[in-house]
Amino acid sequence: MAVCVAVIAKENYPLYIRSVPTENELKFHYMVHTSLDVVDEKISAMGKALVDQRELYLGLLYPTEDYKVYGYVTNSKVKFVMVVDSSNTALRDNEIRSMFRKLHNSYTDVMCNPFYNPGDRIQSRAFDSMVTSMMIQVC
Amino acid sequence: MEGLTLSDAEQKYYSDLFSYCDIESTKKVAANGRVLELFRAAQLPSDVVLQIMELCGATRLGYFGRSQFYIALKLVAVAQSGFPLRVESINTVKDLPLPRFVASKNEQESRHAASYSSDSENQGSYSGVIPPPPGRGQVKKGSVSHDTVQSRTSTDQQEPASPVVSPQQSPPTSPHTWRKHNRHPSGGNGERPLAGPGPFWSPFGDAQSGSAAGDAMWSGHSPPPPQENWVSFADTPPTSTLLTMHPASVQDQTTVRTVASATTANEIRRQSSSYDDPWKITDEQRQYYVNQFKTIQPDLNGFIPGSAAKEFFTKSKLPILELSHIWELSDFDKDGALTLDEFCAAFHLVVARKNGYDLPEKLPESLMPKLIDLEDSADVGDQTGEVGYSGSPAEAPPSKSPSMPSLNQTWPEMNQSSEQWETFSERSSSSQTLTQFDSNIAPADPDTAIVHPVPIRMTPSKIHMQEMELKRTGSDHTNPTSPLLVKTSDLSEENKINSSVKFASGNTVDGYSSSDSFTSDPEQIGNNVTRQRSHSGTSPDNTAPPPPPPRPQPSHSRSSSLDMNRTFTVTTGQQQAGVVAHPPAVPPRPQPSQAPGPTVHRPVDADGMITHTSTSPQQIPEQPNFADFSQFEVFAASNVNEEQDDEAEKHPEVLPVEKASDPASSLRVAKTDSKIEEKTAASAPANVGKGTTPLAPPPKPVRRRLKSEDELRPEVDEHTQKTGVLAGVLASQPSIPRSVGKDKKAIQASIRRNKETNTVLARLNSELQQQLKDVLEERISLEVQLEQLRPFSHL
Repeated sequence: MAVCVAVIAKENYPLYIRSVPTENELKFHYMVHTSLDVVDEKISAMGKALVDQRELYLGLLYPTEDYKVYGYVTNSKVKFVMVVDSSNTALRDNEIRSMFRKLHNSYTDVMCNPFYNPGDRIQSRAFDSMVTSMMIQVC
Repeated sequence: MEGLTLSDAEQKYYSDLFSYCDIESTKKVAANGRVLELFRAAQLPSDVVLQIMELCGATRLGYFGRSQFYIALKLVAVAQSGFPLRVESINTVKDLPLPRFVASKNEQESRHAASYSSDSENQGSYSGVIPPPPGRGQVKKGSVSHDTVQSRTSTDQQEPASPVVSPQQSPPTSPHTWRKHNRHPSGGNGERPLAGPGPFWSPFGDAQSGSAAGDAMWSGHSPPPPQENWVSFADTPPTSTLLTMHPASVQDQTTVRTVASATTANEIRRQSSSYDDPWKITDEQRQYYVNQFKTIQPDLNGFIPGSAAKEFFTKSKLPILELSHIWELSDFDKDGALTLDEFCAAFHLVVARKNGYDLPEKLPESLMPKLIDLEDSADVGDQTGEVGYSGSPAEAPPSKSPSMPSLNQTWPEMNQSSEQWETFSERSSSSQTLTQFDSNIAPADPDTAIVHPVPIRMTPSKIHMQEMELKRTGSDHTNPTSPLLVKTSDLSEENKINSSVKFASGNTVDGYSSSDSFTSDPEQIGNNVTRQRSHSGTSPDNTAPPPPPPRPQPSHSRSSSLDMNRTFTVTTGQQQAGVVAHPPAVPPRPQPSQAPGPTVHRPVDADGMITHTSTSPQQIPEQPNFADFSQFEVFAASNVNEEQDDEAEKHPEVLPVEKASDPASSLRVAKTDSKIEEKTAASAPANVGKGTTPLAPPPKPVRRRLKSEDELRPEVDEHTQKTGVLAGVLASQPSIPRSVGKDKKAIQASIRRNKETNTVLARLNSELQQQLKDVLEERISLEVQLEQLRPFSHL
């Protein structure tokens, strides 16, 4: 189950970050922040390859004792970071990929909204509901 | 307690309520409990309730008598309308809406109230409640109207500074609509459910006529004729209209509703809870929307781009967040543009929001572009709504209420489900295209390409051997040679894999060799080479597949022997430039060399043999180099060098690299691998093909061993070995031409043999080159992996 979902802009500031309400949400924020470095490394590692060849799904960025952090980058360098509870071992890579796919779709819908200025925080209700469904359902 | 004047509707309503509260059927006293419940249901703050009770005198009396009850109800209505609770307001605040009680059990009362009021006032339910501005009495139909009208205006004037601003503003709106209703009864009827948004049409007109921000203007304005209003809609830029609407929308939603009328408020409330009626677009509204659409996009079938829509709706002064949500709801196909239907839905949502309706989470069914087009499908809900609209207002509420709950339940679900379905289909396709595209890229791994050519059969070699023998005997050179040539040329040109692919479709031998070639494993390749040789002996088309990797197996000797024959027969038949040109074929050594050192010679023979063999037949007449063959051990290197140089001159395209390296390698060989050279020399002349085949496998394993250490070394070693073989082959060659008497036959035989060895060596060469490429690729991939891993090493 996604414990925390974050959308990071190209300039590495969060466009959207939401966690399962727990006692210490800041730690999720911190984990997302640290994962940004890993994401950047992964991107630069395949830097020589064309962007097309680069896969959007980055996979497991790094695991901690309780959580795993997965990453996904779009072609516009917008990053999706998802923190998943390690106890949920049933989560397979495919499921994570599908969750990122949904995120990406919802994100594009938000982008298509002419009232949304790129760079603003994402306040779309549809996006929120989708993220909620992701955080609850997989749990 | 001043006298209480109640309208007929109120009278009925109150008596009903009293009887409801009069559980003891005393006809005199309303039960306190019920009364309190009722007051609670009125959704008033408790202090207001207390005030009401105090005012009506119940606290004084200790019970709710009929009059007290009625007064209390009236005060409830007053409070709900937002007027301050004053004793005199009972009578002064006329034209109050009937008090609303939200509790479910009160729906009946409210319905009754609605029916009462609607009965009595018909459309005047609007007007009855909302005192039209002075002089608009024509609008009123109900009996209450007269008083209420005047009192209302008086109250309006009384309370210009009332803390609750809404009543000041809202009343003027209803008269406008009311007037419109009069003039456009049909439209009015249809608009009833949208009494909320309805009143706001008028502000459009007002705005046009007056300043946008002037709320007070409303009350002062004599509303322009409804037609004007409509016209003003079309003309007024939405900005101004919405500007005027905005202050109203800011107001308390309840006040808006209460002002409209109890009945309509109830209806609206119920309707807003349902997703049907409040969102239904009336014809006038739709016409207005269409006109607005035309101002932006003349083509009704076209799209409004997102930016234009953004500008348009920004004029409504709704917060961007809400506009964003409206867009999300209305852009059904998520294409960033609005069709006519989408635009109407969006506009309708904006209007509704302006009127204080909360935006739904999902697009109401009546606003969906699909359903708006296909009115039949929406008929179920619409019909009831329409019934409500077109029918008498009295009938409307009751008919709606029972049907509404069921509709409410079904339609929202349908809305959601249909939305989900549609979005799902859209999403799934898009999502599939999104990621599946990526995933499709991934599987394009070279392994599949390599493997694809499909190792074909492992049919018993015997059959092929027999075939080859037959063919050999039949000296069917064309067949064997052509594939050989084809194969060799291909090999020289392309990947083993590709060539094997091509060949796979061909002969059995191709299958063999292709199967062999698939194995990227050099050892297997070696085996393939040997197998190929054997198969080449069997099938005339052996040459097609890329040279299989030679394998260090005893079978090599067999295969080599066969190969030799085959290669000679084959090469003599046809020789492609590439095949011949490749390596100067080293003439196969006489048989004594066959047995020994197959392993060693193979790598060396592969190239060297080929080069020498190819050239040997041509160089037979001039064999000064060969003459040195006797001192093969010592001069093998030099011979090889010389021969190679000669060959290089003659076959510049052939193995330039190898020759360049060969001298160096041969030197090393001369120094280090004298034995190898001996063996190669011995084996070379006898069976060029054989030598080549034995050459093939050993180089691979040798290369393998050295691979880990130095990728270059094995290649060098191969070269050295090959040069040794070449030397051996060369050494063998000189012996051939000496027998002049039998020269012709011998020469021809040797030519054939040389050609065969040529082809074989050429194949080997290409194989080795292929292996070289593979190795280099592996190296590159390893380096890439290293680079990828490197960042993490820092972690």
